[in-house]
Amino acid sequence: MNPGVITTGSSGATYIGNLLAAQPRLPDSPLAWLNDLRAAAVERVGELTVPTTRDEDWRFTDLTLLTQMSFHPAHEAASVRSADVEKFYITEATTRLVFVDGAYAPQFSVIAAEAAGMVSHLASAAAAAIEPHLGRHVEPGSNIFAALNTAFLRDAALIVIPRDRVIPAPVQLLFVATQKDSASYPRCLIVAESGSAVTVIEDYVSLQHEPYFTNSVTEVVLGEQAQVHHVRVQREGAQAFHIANCAVALARGSHYRSVSVALGARISRLDLTVLHDAPGAECAVDGLALITDRQLADTHSCIVHAQPHGVSRQLHKCIVGGSAHAVFNGKVMVRPGAQRINSDQSNRNLLLTGKAHIDTKPQLEIFADDVKCTHGATVGQLDSEEVFYLQSRGLSESAARSMLTYAFGAEIIERIPVRSLRHQLEQSVLAQTASPS
Amino acid sequence: MIQQDSKTILEVRGLCASINGTPILKNLNFTVKSGEVHAIMGPNGSGKSTFSKVLAGHTAYEITAGSIQFDGRDLLALAPEERARAGVFLAFQYPIEIPGVANNQFLRLMYNTIQTQRGKEELDPLEFDDYVREKMKLLEMNPDFLDRSVNEGFSGGEKKRNEILQMALLEPRLAILDETDSGLDIDALRIVSNGVNHLANKDNGIVLVTHYQRMLNYIVPDFVHVMDQGRIIKTGGRELALELETRGYDWVHAEYQAAERAAA
Repeated sequence: MNPGVITTGSSGATYIGNLLAAQPRLPDSPLAWLNDLRAAAVERVGELTVPTTRDEDWRFTDLTLLTQMSFHPAHEAASVRSADVEKFYITEATTRLVFVDGAYAPQFSVIAAEAAGMVSHLASAAAAAIEPHLGRHVEPGSNIFAALNTAFLRDAALIVIPRDRVIPAPVQLLFVATQKDSASYPRCLIVAESGSAVTVIEDYVSLQHEPYFTNSVTEVVLGEQAQVHHVRVQREGAQAFHIANCAVALARGSHYRSVSVALGARISRLDLTVLHDAPGAECAVDGLALITDRQLADTHSCIVHAQPHGVSRQLHKCIVGGSAHAVFNGKVMVRPGAQRINSDQSNRNLLLTGKAHIDTKPQLEIFADDVKCTHGATVGQLDSEEVFYLQSRGLSESAARSMLTYAFGAEIIERIPVRSLRHQLEQSVLAQTASPS
Repeated sequence: MIQQDSKTILEVRGLCASINGTPILKNLNFTVKSGEVHAIMGPNGSGKSTFSKVLAGHTAYEITAGSIQFDGRDLLALAPEERARAGVFLAFQYPIEIPGVANNQFLRLMYNTIQTQRGKEELDPLEFDDYVREKMKLLEMNPDFLDRSVNEGFSGGEKKRNEILQMALLEPRLAILDETDSGLDIDALRIVSNGVNHLANKDNGIVLVTHYQRMLNYIVPDFVHVMDQGRIIKTGGRELALELETRGYDWVHAEYQAAERAAA
């Protein structure tokens, strides 16, 4: 991408121009550093262009459809029936922050006593704890969507857990989209200080089926020995555009585990970067994309071992039906001097139809000599012998296919440490695999 | 056991089947009556496993001639799942693994699907749990196998026991056991054989497809058939299996060819 060049008349430039023009100037925050952060991001947006398929990182994901849309900022105070939102509540999550079209919705949110003072949103937060982190981990330098998110940063979900504290029950961050043709910019910051632990569910849902745009940024910072379980569920509306950037920074001995599930959206993209910034950190990064019809789901992950003695493990699976298209690009980087790294990456893909399509690219870039890194990718269809086995036990062919497809996805879903969410997702997988695709 | 008043369960007449244009079964004739145990023996590549899969309805095989009547119905007109519901059961030589699906879930789905088709009551998870545990005792299986994924990480013997457990649950009219003895140590062979003997009764028929006669020490067949080049070339009693064990198959083959020449 060429910073500073806006090709006049290109759909990408028009799109950005429209977004900027439509967005009223945000009121100044009392936090000077936040105003500076936003101002810098606005400037950055002006210098960047929307990526095209000529950009290596976007080769397989064509954003032309997105750039042809015009989105307006979500209106404030959209009226939402509580029953519509409640159905997405995760029962185990005693603390829940709900954002409707990007705006904090106190009427749906609840903060349990055990999380008091640790879970909040930007408008009400103590600034000292977040200033060193907000906007410091996702690099907006070359990433126009991250820059846009920061430019329009008005509120954010904040989880800041002090040293050695633990939030026992999961925290749900629920982002609800209700307005057609609207753009929202969800933002999350999770800071787990030394020795602390938390489970966070970042959940994107929709109450309508028309096009809209979610452009989210999540930053996760783990202090020494901290443990974070991060579950990301993208179950947006069928016509939605969902572009997400998530950056994770790991300190010494910390342990980050994440499961990202992509079910919804017409076009979705997740850029996940995990930086092992100190020795002895561990991450396990798993993902499942289950798509059909004309959906496109793109996951770009980058695990960077910048320091020695790190462990990373990744299993990413795609189940692709209809004429859908899945993209996986998984990069593992071992920087010079980062010795004794143990890294294992695997991408497994299941194509359910002749028109389904997957582009996968596992990538290892190793600049140290004492490391153990494995990676691999497979693409396959359901095995006819397996289908026959189940038929010979009385299951219809479609039930047999559904069970095998479900089993393929279940391996990832089982890794979600929240029972009711596992159950919900299993039902989603069953519903989707049962329908002829 | 051979009975006076037995009914014909399976009647295969002049069956020819091929895969990708290559003929495998060539004019095969085979009859099973209720209460009977049949062993089909023969060298590698004689078509034994193909015959098992054709009976169960594997779609890779093309039936080019002949007929299969099952309880008076045209078996070839039925899809694999319909055959299972009608009472055909195949214990696989290589049972598949299904990571991500718990064995008890799978067994219950299978059981309830068949029960519903037969117009019987389904069992809820608790009722089924009691039922399946009872059946597992028959095969001396550890109940832990219920919670594990279907066949995943099972040893060869455990997989075969799981197959016979499915047979016990489905109570088939015709059970075809394809090389069930392969990969079993002597204890597992005894346990699996006891299970099969327990399930054999006057109303069903059992077909053992095997290379070796050692399983026939435990499950005593009424008939032993020798299969060669896609057809049955000799049929005898249990003593034929012992003779095959000591003399091999070549003499049967030679005898058959001599008879063919004499007839020609």
